[in-house]
Amino acid sequence: MSIDISKESKMTWTGAARLVDPQLSIRRGFLYVAENRIKNMLKWWPAIVAFGIGNPTLYLLSIGIGIGSLVDSSLGPNAIDGVSYLTFLAPALLATAGIQGASDEVTWPTMEGFVWDRTFFSMNSTAITGKQIVNGVMLAAMARCVLQVFMYELCLLAFGAITWESVPILLLVSSTAGLGFAAIMLAFSANIKDDDDGVFALVGRFVITPMFMFSGTFYPITSMPIYLQWIGWISPQWHATNLGRAMFYGMPVEPWLLILHWSVMLAMAVVGFSWAHRVFERRLSK
Amino acid sequence: MKKTEAEAMIIAKGLTKTYGDFNAVDSIDFTVRKGESFGLLGPNGAGKSTTMKMIAATSQRTGGELMILGKDPNSKGPEIRAHLGVVPQQDNLDRELKVWENLMVYGRYFGLPRKWLKVKIEELLEFAQLVEKRNSKTDELSGGMKRRLTIARGLVNEPEILLLDEPTTGLDPQARHILWDRLFRLKEQGVTLVITTHYMDEAEQLCDRLMVMDKGKIMAEGSPAELIKKYSSKEVLEVRFGSANNAQVAKDLKGIGTRLEVLPDRILVYAENGEKCLEQIVKKGLHPVTSLVRRSSLEDVFLRLTGRTLVE
Repeated sequence: MSIDISKESKMTWTGAARLVDPQLSIRRGFLYVAENRIKNMLKWWPAIVAFGIGNPTLYLLSIGIGIGSLVDSSLGPNAIDGVSYLTFLAPALLATAGIQGASDEVTWPTMEGFVWDRTFFSMNSTAITGKQIVNGVMLAAMARCVLQVFMYELCLLAFGAITWESVPILLLVSSTAGLGFAAIMLAFSANIKDDDDGVFALVGRFVITPMFMFSGTFYPITSMPIYLQWIGWISPQWHATNLGRAMFYGMPVEPWLLILHWSVMLAMAVVGFSWAHRVFERRLSK
Repeated sequence: MKKTEAEAMIIAKGLTKTYGDFNAVDSIDFTVRKGESFGLLGPNGAGKSTTMKMIAATSQRTGGELMILGKDPNSKGPEIRAHLGVVPQQDNLDRELKVWENLMVYGRYFGLPRKWLKVKIEELLEFAQLVEKRNSKTDELSGGMKRRLTIARGLVNEPEILLLDEPTTGLDPQARHILWDRLFRLKEQGVTLVITTHYMDEAEQLCDRLMVMDKGKIMAEGSPAELIKKYSSKEVLEVRFGSANNAQVAKDLKGIGTRLEVLPDRILVYAENGEKCLEQIVKKGLHPVTSLVRRSSLEDVFLRLTGRTLVE
């Protein structure tokens, strides 16, 4: 495109002193960051919806119904916790959806923000602080998490695996798991210096997959040898799964364990936020 | 308060930034006045960008005093940044968003209403001559267009000070001239500009006043004309005798001109009259492969002050 240097451009000029109220950004900066992240997310909405609907549908057809039929026919229709295998599986699948949805919105966007496009630095060149960026990114990640869990719930409803009444509590439990895990992953991602160098692939293979496999997703955690059960104990997946099963269909769980499940997920969120705040502030001020 | 202090947008006294044992910025003093175009000139690693980050209130000083818009950036960073415009050395546009969306989201960071921004974005697109590219993604823009968009983005809040870190590095000459034109218009509009560059022609074109930096220290300060007058001669004669011979020939040139500078590829003879010096050289029986008489530039000032060329 050629440019006409002689062309006059008229620009009105009030001046930042009168135009910009710093207190507005100081109070609402995290909302502006979330607004940007959601705008970015909307660019990918077909992929988000296709993944949100397609993934559970395939899972429910193959694992839920396929393996479910085998389990139910071998052990009886209400062999595990007195419910069908599909119902037993549902809270675990929702926890996975929550964790996955929130994680997707904190890992790659953090690389984009610090390394690829350096957009976090452009945010920080305004009144927005590192802490506000963390809070905004997490807010947007939770919006994606809630949406993804809800889409999964719609599929589960279609397959008759859950009831409408259970939708809010399962949404809350799964989103809390997403919150705890994503907060930790956000801080972790912010520590990656130049490129991800396959770190996220390693996390996927050696953290998320084992967490999914060994957290009582497909069978009660107590069925596993004790030396493998610890993977579940430290995993938000297990805490959300157990909590979801207790809240949804009344799987018997000691009250102290229910408190522990909530506490672990919320503690992960607190640790993750605090760690991420420190890392962001440090990295942006370099 | 003195008039100059009342008009001061930036005041630095003993400003220092240390990384471990390394002084990136070593106790520098300077003041930038309202409406001024102030340049930080120096080679890579001189401390320009570090100084800029401290002025941008994103990197905290480790020593000295710094006041920007009457506030201390160590404690009032967000308040100061709300009234600054920043054009970083490396474009950090959002590649997922279109040209106009980049301006919109950036404006939103300042809490500006969408309705007001829609009007402002039209002005900025026109200013940056990117109207036709409004719906393009930033990946589809040329380097010059991206720089213009980054500058337009830095103006979205109508900043009191616009900070430009190496605004034209990596651009072709035509794109640089276009950018200079846009920046000159801002200067005419009364916007205070702070520019870092290692291009002397850029500094001469855009800056009312310059601070020459090297190794974290200020080597000289003044207007381009003042610096040239103070630290260089009126004219410079450049003679080349072949890179293998320059050092040897230079010994025979002693006494010609006011000062000699021997570079690997040429000898610079500083003088009030370059042509006369060339005559003297030829009379000595020395015949340069090429010769050129030119006016002194900031490059010569920098060479005089640091013994190094600006772009290495």
